[in-house]
Amino acid sequence: MKTKKKSEFAKLPTGDKTILIIGYVILGLFILAIILPVVYIILASFIDPITLQNSGLTFDFSKWTLTAYERVLSNSQIWVGFRNALIYSVLFTVISVVVTLLAAYPMSRTDFKGREFFNVIFVITMFFGGGLIPTYLLISNLGMLDTIWAILLPGAFSVWNMIIARTYYMGIPKDLQEAAEIDGATEMVYFFKILLPVCTPIIATIAMWQFVGMWNSYFDAMIYLNSASKQPLQLVLRSILIQSQPEPGMVSDMQSTAARAQLAELLKYATIIISSLPLMIMYPFFQKYFDNGIMAGAVKG
Amino acid sequence: MKKVPERAAAGGGGSSKMHNTIVYIRQHWQLYMIFMLPAFLLTIIFRYIPMGGIAIAFTEYNPIRGIFGSEWVGFEHFQRFLSSPDFLRYLMNTLKLSVYGLLWGFPAPILLAFLLNRILSTKTKQKIQLVLYMPNFISVIVLCGIVRILLSPTGLVNSLLGTSTNFMTMPSAFRTIYIASGIWQGAGWASIIYTAALSNASKELKEAAVIDGANIIQQIKAVEWPAIKDTVLIQFIMSVGNIMSVGFEKAYALQTDLNLNTSEIISTYVYKKGLLDGDYGFSTAVGLFNTVINVILLISMNALVKKMNEGKGI
Repeated sequence: MKTKKKSEFAKLPTGDKTILIIGYVILGLFILAIILPVVYIILASFIDPITLQNSGLTFDFSKWTLTAYERVLSNSQIWVGFRNALIYSVLFTVISVVVTLLAAYPMSRTDFKGREFFNVIFVITMFFGGGLIPTYLLISNLGMLDTIWAILLPGAFSVWNMIIARTYYMGIPKDLQEAAEIDGATEMVYFFKILLPVCTPIIATIAMWQFVGMWNSYFDAMIYLNSASKQPLQLVLRSILIQSQPEPGMVSDMQSTAARAQLAELLKYATIIISSLPLMIMYPFFQKYFDNGIMAGAVKG
Repeated sequence: MKKVPERAAAGGGGSSKMHNTIVYIRQHWQLYMIFMLPAFLLTIIFRYIPMGGIAIAFTEYNPIRGIFGSEWVGFEHFQRFLSSPDFLRYLMNTLKLSVYGLLWGFPAPILLAFLLNRILSTKTKQKIQLVLYMPNFISVIVLCGIVRILLSPTGLVNSLLGTSTNFMTMPSAFRTIYIASGIWQGAGWASIIYTAALSNASKELKEAAVIDGANIIQQIKAVEWPAIKDTVLIQFIMSVGNIMSVGFEKAYALQTDLNLNTSEIISTYVYKKGLLDGDYGFSTAVGLFNTVINVILLISMNALVKKMNEGKGI
């Protein structure tokens, strides 16, 4: 295989060789730029704080320690964050996928009366909205401040995903529906028993988008949730990573303010690793759905 | 969409079209009451009711008195914003961030897709893609956390350069940081759509081109570029339409008190004025200003697509 490629490369004209080499170098540099910071953070997270501060990375393993991980993992707020993020993301994904898939079905039927009307109603919201304050005041007036509903409901119906699901439904052969109607199947039976089972790729794609989107976002939680017990992971991370205010228990045993600040700085590495690990592990398993989803989106575009 | 009143159904004979509609709705009531209702209600409540709340922009809003009890000030907030020296700065910060972001960020995934397309072994390609897509799954907060760590005075970048610059407090560095980290995180993921379009390029066509002795540049011109041209165009127009909707989350997470000169954009300003300072009326007015510009951009872009795409809009 390798020799074959080499000979193919050798056969190329000089101009092509130069272009290919430049191209591979660019690609290689980009990959390096992605991997290097990640490797650096992983290594740094294991190194004794003071050593890292003074002399940077070291492969003297006697200076390696799990202290940072112990401190971060033994803090309850991180776990509260994980638990909340999981609850919010799962519930949001379920609600969002159900509402979106349901709405996409009538919108996919050319005989659906009112299709144009609903289409206009939905598409307008992609272009225009009330903005931050009116939405905030609505949530407040509905009594949803500091409740899970403020996180779950406002963004649950995604017009964009509905369009993608609708496009996918429309690609399913019409014969299926006609056969179902002749058999006397109701809309419900056709939708749940026949249509949905053949749409699993697009369902998985939309579910993945919604899950990752909710897991990684912080804005809604920041403005709508006040209680520490309701904070999702990203908000906990925000105080540690962005505001450099680690949860009190993580650094409070340090005597001086300077030592606390130093430790706070160094806990960031372990925090980044711990918080990113779940999605990093899961994501290769999603990979086969990527192209599906992106292509479904492209069909519309 | 709700239940059709009996009277209308009985007297519907006047217009047979109307009658047909009513029969259809009765027969297919599930489509309306089960399939459509949840999405419709969510849209009305969480999208349309706030649109009514835009009236706040024209009042000195007082939460206790409500919209109608608050003093009506007309366009005062807009005048205040448009005539303040900050206005131009925030507008330019927003525009520069997205225009420069587009100029640098838009070609990057296309280049990546071309490069990936040149990798012959599928296995190698998949491994590379796994690495390229990975940053997309890092959250905004973690990304900004990494950026802050690497760029801190004692961080990796400074120790490599042998300096101790605090990049996060430099207004002149903000846009570079924002855009570069955006490419780092998003270029790989964004390349998927082009890679997919490229894989649709006819294999035979390419082989024929190779046999004819076409070099890489000629192959790209004749085979690959035509295969992705439409996708590139549509992606570009959609990006231009979104120029005013720069993400709040990342800009806010990369802000420090000292780089606000370049990092304060309209969306972060709206948040601070409205939710932190409680100046609801003014904040809504600024937000509305932003939305209106965005709508104008989107509509003109859509018109442009229609023109170029023989009548098909987005």
